[in-house]
Amino acid sequence: MVRLEEKHPLAIRWLHWISFPLLFLMIWSGLLIYWANGIYRVGLGQITLFRFFPSWFYDGLDIPQRLAEGMALHFFFMWLFVANGVVYVLYLAISGEWRKVLPERRSPRDAIQVTLYDLRLRKELPPQGLYNGAQRIAYTGVIVMAMGSVVTGLAIYKPVQLAWLAGLLGGYPMARWEHFWLMIGFLGFFAIHISQVIRAGWDNFRSMVAGYSLVRDKKEADEVPE
Amino acid sequence: MRSPNKKPDAEHEAAARSRRAFLTLGAGAVAGYGGWAWLRSRPEDSSLEWPLRGMLGNNERVAEAFFSDGHLAPSFDLSRVDAKTRLNGDVGLQSTLDKDHWVLNVRTPDSADTRQITMAQIRALPRVEQITQLNCIEGWTVIVQWAGARLADFTAKYARQGGDARYVGMQTPDREYFVGLDIASALHPQTLLCYEMNGAELTTAHGAPLRLVIPVKYGVKNIKRIGTITYTNDRPEDYWAGDGYDWYAGL
Repeated sequence: MVRLEEKHPLAIRWLHWISFPLLFLMIWSGLLIYWANGIYRVGLGQITLFRFFPSWFYDGLDIPQRLAEGMALHFFFMWLFVANGVVYVLYLAISGEWRKVLPERRSPRDAIQVTLYDLRLRKELPPQGLYNGAQRIAYTGVIVMAMGSVVTGLAIYKPVQLAWLAGLLGGYPMARWEHFWLMIGFLGFFAIHISQVIRAGWDNFRSMVAGYSLVRDKKEADEVPE
Repeated sequence: MRSPNKKPDAEHEAAARSRRAFLTLGAGAVAGYGGWAWLRSRPEDSSLEWPLRGMLGNNERVAEAFFSDGHLAPSFDLSRVDAKTRLNGDVGLQSTLDKDHWVLNVRTPDSADTRQITMAQIRALPRVEQITQLNCIEGWTVIVQWAGARLADFTAKYARQGGDARYVGMQTPDREYFVGLDIASALHPQTLLCYEMNGAELTTAHGAPLRLVIPVKYGVKNIKRIGTITYTNDRPEDYWAGDGYDWYAGL
């Protein structure tokens, strides 16, 4: 027998899918802004391993000379991004869904085992609820990162009115640096998230759209000849 | 109840729900794209689609509600002053400047006359020194030691009626560069009419003989070589706001 198992509530699915284009727009408009003072890099002393960003990147994405447009878009969609995030966090808190998302005491250990499993160094996954330990840490982490983006973003946006906040973050230039690296963190999360969704397969993907998972009850399936 | 194709009910229900959900997602994506296409095709107001311009206006009202003279830009120790003050922007500085005959033209809403204030009159106002960070709208910063007179003191002494106006506009003598300011930011205690930089007379490139230093705004508002100050109730034009930037540009 096959049965439907409810997996993701409607609100979570909506908020998840709305956050995707909003985060994309925030990152893209942020790059339009960042270009005007693109100073960050990965390197040590005089040696630069990677510069954010090389000109082929800027030119390929048509980023140069669009600072004013980038700022106007960033300060338009920031409201929607924050509103979506606030509703999401409130929903998690009120519905009790947070129990499925927040890391537990055993999550770090589970996460290591999940990673070893994913790397084919371990045969079995640890037992889990809706999300395994690695997912709990990643999904909670991305919420914390979003909050960090809002806080560092506010410090850059109003470094005088919110001078105490900018000071707490190490000053305006440091807050800008933190805001940038959080963005890189989102891109990293996105890359891993997409690859894991592809690996997990169709039923998992559909559950984030339609809400349910199709569960085949093995015992009954064996008994009933089709 | 069995379906004609003998699929179990669960799979049937699943297919229906799935179809509905994916159609909704698709419709949502189309609506989202439609909204984006709509937004980007709106007629422009000062080089910006009007909804974006309107949102900057909303953000401005929020910022004005939070604005306070008590919120000060951080000041720094002398040791933190940057050795090199990056130069950016020479619009309005191209014409030749006759420093000896320079006067500041001042207009207020109550009078049709233009008053002329000399450098000596400005230097007679209390000299204020501050070491603050200049935030360029491009995202870089530079810490500079400034000295000059508070615009608030200047207004009280030489343009008393101006303090009741809603805005302040400033122009270079050749009118090539101009900024608009809300009166609250203009009268902020750290807003200076500045004539010294890093312990020396202001250089021509940095805005001699008199420039604005306004740490509650982005660098673009820190106009160099001021020729005219106009206190007005009509929102003054702003060089960069005309090019798609935020008019308020408050920090």
